[in-house]
Amino acid sequence: MARSRAARSRIERIVPILMITPSVIAIAVFVYGFIGWTVYVSMTNWRGLAPSFQFVGLETYNQLFVGIFDLGRFRTDLVNNVFFTILFLGTCIVVGLLLAILLDQGIRGEGIFRTIYLFPMALSFVVTGVVWRWLFAPSSGINILPTLIGLEPLNFQWYIDNTKILTFYWPGLAPILVGLGMIVALGIGISLWSNQARRKYVPIPALAFLAGLIWFLAGGPQNSPNVPIPEEHGFHPALIAVVIAASWQLSGYTMAMYLAGLRGIPEELREAARVDGASEWQVYRHVVLPLLRPITLSAMIVLGHISLKIFDLVFTMAGDANMPTDMPGIYMFRSTFVGSEFARGAAIAVVMLIMVAVVIVPYLVYSTRREAEL
Amino acid sequence: MTAVKRSKVPIYAVLIFFAVIYLMPVYVMLVTGLKSFDEVTLPRMWHLPQGLHFDGFAEAFQHLWPNLRNSLLLTIPATIISSMLGSLNGYVLSKWKFPGSDILFPLMLFGMFIPYQSILIPLVQFMQGVGLYGSIAGLALVHIVYGIPITTLIFRNYYAEIPTEMVEAARVDGANIMGIYWHVLFPLSLPGFVVVVIWQFTNIWNEFLFGVTLTSPDSQPITVALQNLAGSQIVEWNVQMAGALLTALPTLLVYIFLGRYFIRGLLAGSVKG
Repeated sequence: MARSRAARSRIERIVPILMITPSVIAIAVFVYGFIGWTVYVSMTNWRGLAPSFQFVGLETYNQLFVGIFDLGRFRTDLVNNVFFTILFLGTCIVVGLLLAILLDQGIRGEGIFRTIYLFPMALSFVVTGVVWRWLFAPSSGINILPTLIGLEPLNFQWYIDNTKILTFYWPGLAPILVGLGMIVALGIGISLWSNQARRKYVPIPALAFLAGLIWFLAGGPQNSPNVPIPEEHGFHPALIAVVIAASWQLSGYTMAMYLAGLRGIPEELREAARVDGASEWQVYRHVVLPLLRPITLSAMIVLGHISLKIFDLVFTMAGDANMPTDMPGIYMFRSTFVGSEFARGAAIAVVMLIMVAVVIVPYLVYSTRREAEL
Repeated sequence: MTAVKRSKVPIYAVLIFFAVIYLMPVYVMLVTGLKSFDEVTLPRMWHLPQGLHFDGFAEAFQHLWPNLRNSLLLTIPATIISSMLGSLNGYVLSKWKFPGSDILFPLMLFGMFIPYQSILIPLVQFMQGVGLYGSIAGLALVHIVYGIPITTLIFRNYYAEIPTEMVEAARVDGANIMGIYWHVLFPLSLPGFVVVVIWQFTNIWNEFLFGVTLTSPDSQPITVALQNLAGSQIVEWNVQMAGALLTALPTLLVYIFLGRYFIRGLLAGSVKG
């Protein structure tokens, strides 16, 4: 009996591991192994159809950030992607929150409204791209809507608009990274300061911030690698068309998240605030919205990582060579599968992965750790 | 029918305004798709068609039919297999935790967030190496592998809700690990399977990047064919809009009839993209 119990416990330790092994191997190879191989390819000089693995280190990255590859296309992509992400997240959060709050007012036909706001989620980005391309056709679509009530047509060029506003010069990568590091250090410092128990750690981010400041004052930006010729970047209004289409597809998602959050707030909490004499607006401002903050954070992470790797939508709307709406995902596709510049494609992909990992890894660590504490 | 409270009129106004905006692209798809070839002119885009014409749909269907078939051949097996794998993984990771399983799980989850560009070059080399490049089976394999994280996540959370006492009771009765899965967990899994199957079906059907980089013209899924149809300058708008509707129809039907489960998958921490 004792022996069979031991045998059984051994089986119960081994069999679960055996059951999950095929999946673990698949993920180990297809995710981690392939990422490793992509990183390696990005450090070779592989271009053209025949693989070549001569090691060139970080030269391709150097070319992307401060070199002459495709006239700085990658830098344009990064700037576009940052503007797109900010506008797309902002639109989805504002529209989603507004719709959720309105739907939470005891509305008749709530189910129908919800279904309408959420159905684009079920569509492919390719369908969205094809339809909105037609809606944004400059001599038709949205531009001629005003003529239906007798007004003049609009004159927007939408996604083919080639203008640029809020222009600035690309200062090279180092000042951007140091500046970002200083902002992060400042944020960490402020959050440490607000917590009595952790206040003693404040000198660490403070020193980091100071080091950045000294680097700037000592002329670090002038002495770090920079683009060969000054390069003007800025916000392309053409991106607004992509933001509208992407928000049409995904703002229903934030609405659903906020609505679920609103339904989770006990009515007694709001009632208590009302008894204390708070107006309906104050109830939202001081009771409801603070409780929705965690939802805003997860919505930003989920939508943020989608926007960093966006590809299909822009590809179908504007093609793979429309600079005002170009994105890193598109450039990676074009370098690799049109230009056979495999090392370049791999390097772009690695930068995309790092951007997504910066957003996702803390989120994964945080949510699995919180679960372990529960 | 009771009257709507007057104070709520502005709320309804805003909600209806947004509903019109959300439905506008569908209206345009429908009216353009149903127009005849000579009716599709730029200035008359918003006008209703004069009579119903199905030539746009007929032509779109003719173009897209082989790819619709490819997409079905791809999506159905890939959905079933990745759901089964997710169910087994979720069972192990929720009811038979082993040392290290709590580290393994987030490492697996990371796989559903990565930009697939970062594995695309080795993936193409691998598929060429094993002779699956350009085949529907190869594309299905890719969707199964990269579907493991999300299906595992949903099933793990689903099984976590099922009391561990049930597993313990079956264990005391002498059932082994597979027996417990088959006789205790699996019969309770239907709602979980509905959520996962809908989610995977929608995602695989709608996917584009793998479809466009791993297939040959014979094996292209419908999203790639739609993009090619729309990308060529000679195809009329009514054919494009009809094609977009055809591409959207299967997932749209799933959403309309099983929307509840679709939303549950959405909120289960799952992600589009």
